[in-house]
Amino acid sequence: MTSANPAIIFQNVCKKFENSRTNAVDHVDVTIQEGEFITILGSSGCGKTTLLKMVNRLYEPDEGKILLFGEDISTVDAVKVRRRIGYVIQQVGLFPHMTIGENVAVVPKLLKWKKEKIDARVKELLTLVGLEPEEYENRYPSQLSGGQQQRVGLARALAIDPKIMLLDEPFGAIDAINRLNLQDELLRIHGGLGKTFLFVTHDIHEAFKMGDRVIIMNEGEICQFDTPRHIAAHPANDFVEMLIRSAREQEQIFFDACQ
Amino acid sequence: MLEFAAKHPDKLIDALLEHLEIVLITLIISLLLAAALTVISMKIEPVSRILIQFFSVIYSVPSLALFALLIPVTGLGMKTAIIVLVIYNQYLLLRNFISGLNEVDPAVVEAARGLGMTEMQILMKIRLPLAKRALFAGVHLAAVSTIGIATIAASINAGGLGTLLFDGLRTMNTDKILWGSILSAGLAIVVNGLLGGIEKRIGRVRQ
Ligand SMILES: Nc1ncnc2c1ncn2[C@@H]1O[C@H](COP(=O)(O)OP(=O)(O)OP(=O)(O)O)[C@@H](O)[C@H]1O
Ligand SMILES: [Mg+2]
Repeated sequence: MTSANPAIIFQNVCKKFENSRTNAVDHVDVTIQEGEFITILGSSGCGKTTLLKMVNRLYEPDEGKILLFGEDISTVDAVKVRRRIGYVIQQVGLFPHMTIGENVAVVPKLLKWKKEKIDARVKELLTLVGLEPEEYENRYPSQLSGGQQQRVGLARALAIDPKIMLLDEPFGAIDAINRLNLQDELLRIHGGLGKTFLFVTHDIHEAFKMGDRVIIMNEGEICQFDTPRHIAAHPANDFVEMLIRSAREQEQIFFDACQ
Repeated sequence: MLEFAAKHPDKLIDALLEHLEIVLITLIISLLLAAALTVISMKIEPVSRILIQFFSVIYSVPSLALFALLIPVTGLGMKTAIIVLVIYNQYLLLRNFISGLNEVDPAVVEAARGLGMTEMQILMKIRLPLAKRALFAGVHLAAVSTIGIATIAASINAGGLGTLLFDGLRTMNTDKILWGSILSAGLAIVVNGLLGGIEKRIGRVRQ
């Protein structure tokens, strides 16, 4: 799927934190087409979250710029940029004083949707992420398991049907079986709506299953950005090769255990 | 002692009412001012540090000295007393308000920001409700401290329960001294208990 204006363009983007000697994100040049499902894979601390947060202006790049549908986001009001983007934060960050229903309804309320429309949307979204509305809508976040809270975070980010979704390890706390279901559900949501997804994970299986293309990051730099098939066949450097080897070894352990 | 109360109930009640008047007016003005200063502080970070530093210095000045300092400017009486009490309260209120609002889980604030809330919406819809308890603790502290310091304000003719005490001391009238002590201590204890109860109830809501 391509369009006249790519959904997201990173142009030579660098980000360095004050108290650090190296760039957290180092000269990133990437173009993402509308409708693509992009996964970002890399070990802890390699700059995945930092890269994501620059897209909705939670961080400002020190160098380079980011374009959304051709528009340089540094020229647009940050709040406006964020309201066009769905964001699932790594720490989940549900609002503890609001019920699950109210959490999901936050952005529609900011946009002053009609109450009936909001209610219907909340029910639809909770069902979508596998939480029975009657059961969960009126609970508070502290009354949910970690995995259930993550699903609410996903529903909250999807509320106004944004064209771009940023998902920072949205399934980190979810068990293998539910995770597979949610992965499929997310692919369905994505495919059905032609949205552009940036999905961070440090699970290589998840990255390769979900991504049309995969960004592999190491120490702030992008090692490789390609389809899963290409990456597996032609790892760009030692780091990528090691990543793939470790995944194969894990499979081997499982395979051996089944003998 | 009871005879005194029976003979001059109006004196006791007037002093008590006057005291409550000083306390209430002080608290209302203090809260409005502190709320405004807090909003400014949340917008401009360095302001919060400057304000807290400034009011902490003033707070360390003994109340009697501050009353005396203001007399040439605003004269004797209730007005001066209320000004001093309001300034004292700013330290207690601002410190509690600002630290309470800033202590809200950064992940929750970032989620709100990421969803496209403006800083004002984050303050009103996220920080404020989540910091309710710390905010109320500040109000509680300010109320009790105002009741106490307001007795000293009688020394500059502000009226209130302190008048009974100072009169009693001047004329060695044990009844007045006793009633002044009982009423001012009793008022502080009752208000402290009431606000403490409310504070506990707020704490139990969620989280
Ligand atoms: N606010 C910050 N201030 C200073 N340094 C930061 C800040 N946020 C992140 N860093 C540093 O920048 C680097 C990249 O961090 P980032 O959060 O982007 O990693 P990540 O790839 O998301 O890791 P993880 O998988 O553990 O979430 C790290 O070295 C981290 O210590
Ligand atoms: Mg991260």
